[in-house]
Amino acid sequence: MTTAQEHGGDVRLTGISKTYGSFTAVHPLDLTVPQGSFFALLGASGCGKTTTLRMIAGLEEPSSGTVHLGDQDVTALPPYKRPVNTVFQSYALFPHLDIFENVAFGLRRRGIKSVKKQVGEMLDLVQLGEQARKKPHQLSGGQQQRVAVARALINHPKVLLLDEPLGALDLKLRRQMQLELKRIQTEVGITFVHVTHDQEEAMTMADTVAVMNGGRVEQLGAPADLYENPRTTFVANFLGTSNFIEAEVAARSGDDLILKAGDCKLTLPTARCTGPTATGAKVLAGVRPEKISLTHADDAGRIPEGRNRITGRIADSSFIGVSTQYVIDSPACDSFEVYAQNIERDARLTPGAEVVLHWNPAHTFGLDAAQDVEAGASKVEEDASA
Amino acid sequence: MAVLRWLRRNLVVIAGLCTLAYLLLPNVVVTVFSFNKPKGRFNYSWQEFSTDAWRDPCGVADMCGSLSLSLQIAAWATIGATVLGTMIAFALVRYRFRARGAINSLIFLPMAMPEVVMAASLLTLFLNMGAQLGFWTVLIAHIMFCLSFVVTAVKARVMSMDPRLEQAAQDLYAGPVQTFLRVTLPIAAPGIAAGALLAFALSFDDFIITNFNAGSTVTFPMFVWGSAQRGTPVQINVIGTAMFLVAVLLVLAGMLAGKRRNKQSR
Repeated sequence: MTTAQEHGGDVRLTGISKTYGSFTAVHPLDLTVPQGSFFALLGASGCGKTTTLRMIAGLEEPSSGTVHLGDQDVTALPPYKRPVNTVFQSYALFPHLDIFENVAFGLRRRGIKSVKKQVGEMLDLVQLGEQARKKPHQLSGGQQQRVAVARALINHPKVLLLDEPLGALDLKLRRQMQLELKRIQTEVGITFVHVTHDQEEAMTMADTVAVMNGGRVEQLGAPADLYENPRTTFVANFLGTSNFIEAEVAARSGDDLILKAGDCKLTLPTARCTGPTATGAKVLAGVRPEKISLTHADDAGRIPEGRNRITGRIADSSFIGVSTQYVIDSPACDSFEVYAQNIERDARLTPGAEVVLHWNPAHTFGLDAAQDVEAGASKVEEDASA
Repeated sequence: MAVLRWLRRNLVVIAGLCTLAYLLLPNVVVTVFSFNKPKGRFNYSWQEFSTDAWRDPCGVADMCGSLSLSLQIAAWATIGATVLGTMIAFALVRYRFRARGAINSLIFLPMAMPEVVMAASLLTLFLNMGAQLGFWTVLIAHIMFCLSFVVTAVKARVMSMDPRLEQAAQDLYAGPVQTFLRVTLPIAAPGIAAGALLAFALSFDDFIITNFNAGSTVTFPMFVWGSAQRGTPVQINVIGTAMFLVAVLLVLAGMLAGKRRNKQSR
């Protein structure tokens, strides 16, 4: 394989933007998706992720900037001349053609006469060999989804674009298809660009996730990196749940910052603070709910030294099988969320109990306090209605 | 009691059969009387069975000429109205332009207008333009009143069409022409076919507008009307029955094709 081929599937967006009248859907954006990677554009509806995808496909003309596939500038090419294929939201299968002809469509348009073998192999890959002569409406949602993937993949595109491909499926089927898509991607080694509003979907499938908000990329990185080191409150809230404590930098001690929040002192590794680090600066100290341990106030003496700790009272608890989720009111922050594994449960931890929350300081991250603490947090309702 | 219960259980079927009989009785009468051998000039009372008219369908002077003229006008009117109407329907659904709302309602106007008013105003228009009344004026008039029906039928179909299908076609290497021929047209086809059939039926049996604008040209409905004053040849019933049979055969063929397609894909 030559170098040119190795980079043939890179997607490079340079200063690309899209405006509709006075509304800016996508602000000038630079993005490189390396060949062979599974890349996710994640964000709530209206964040510009689908517009970005459609600009790569050529279905939307960018207001500025360029799109490169490998070394080729495709900005001016119409969709039917671009070596990319799309799996559309709700699939857009041709209702008047059977499954075989749907899958063969791209090959036939490029003038390939003997399509039978290729289509057969592709249908076997997505386990639909038996259904070749059925019409799309005779298949289940999951099967239609696989036809849509087969119809795109058979053309061996340099890049496969997926626009919320699993949105119409129920939860169980969606989990199954996530693994299926990941398997196919590993098998064919084609670059996948996947648009989704489901953070769990993005994190399970993608190598790299770009979190988008308001037409901009908020943060880009590997799923674990985004989760552990969010740089904005939007990312911290949109990917999972975060607790924030408003604090002030009181001092510096070696590699750590000492923060003051009300009566309590917290330790934050300087390297994990993306906000200001000067003494007196306001920061938001964040910590994920599953990193926190909960100890009844009577046993506070047994908590090891060197851990961040705050006190509070349990406001609510809900048992959800593998874990119990507590909501804790504390002077430092109201409705603190804590997820505790259900091992050696302390029977005293019921609503109303006085508790101490403590965690390893290394799990604390610091953000600039000059942003909306709630940004991105409303996604729970949005997911439910989607 | 038992009778009542039977009635109650089968009421829907009985009502259905009665309605069907009501719909089809005129066709039955036409067919039966096509085998009549009338005494005198009027074919209104049953005399005796005969196949004379069937063996010589064009035995009446000028009738087959007017039939052929009507078929020609209907065919051309169907083609003209279907092509124009389909384009109008696509324009109205796909594009946003200034007079779109107004045109949407104007298209309906010819359907709502009393036919006799339209006929009279068309005649005035043609006379003022100095047009020679005949084949062309009839054809122009027919295309005009068929247009609204085609637009309505096609528009309903195009409106329910997912625009993403065409984007998907483009994404799969189909250029604009291929996209239209392979995706847009086949999906819109049922609507276009319905509009065309409607146009053909409307044009073929139109009497009022044709009568006003035909000059000395005589279409089949005009011939039937004219002959009814002087006597009704049995051949009219033969043509009527034949038309009905052709329609039934077309419907049956359509149903069979649909069934076979479903079976194939199952």
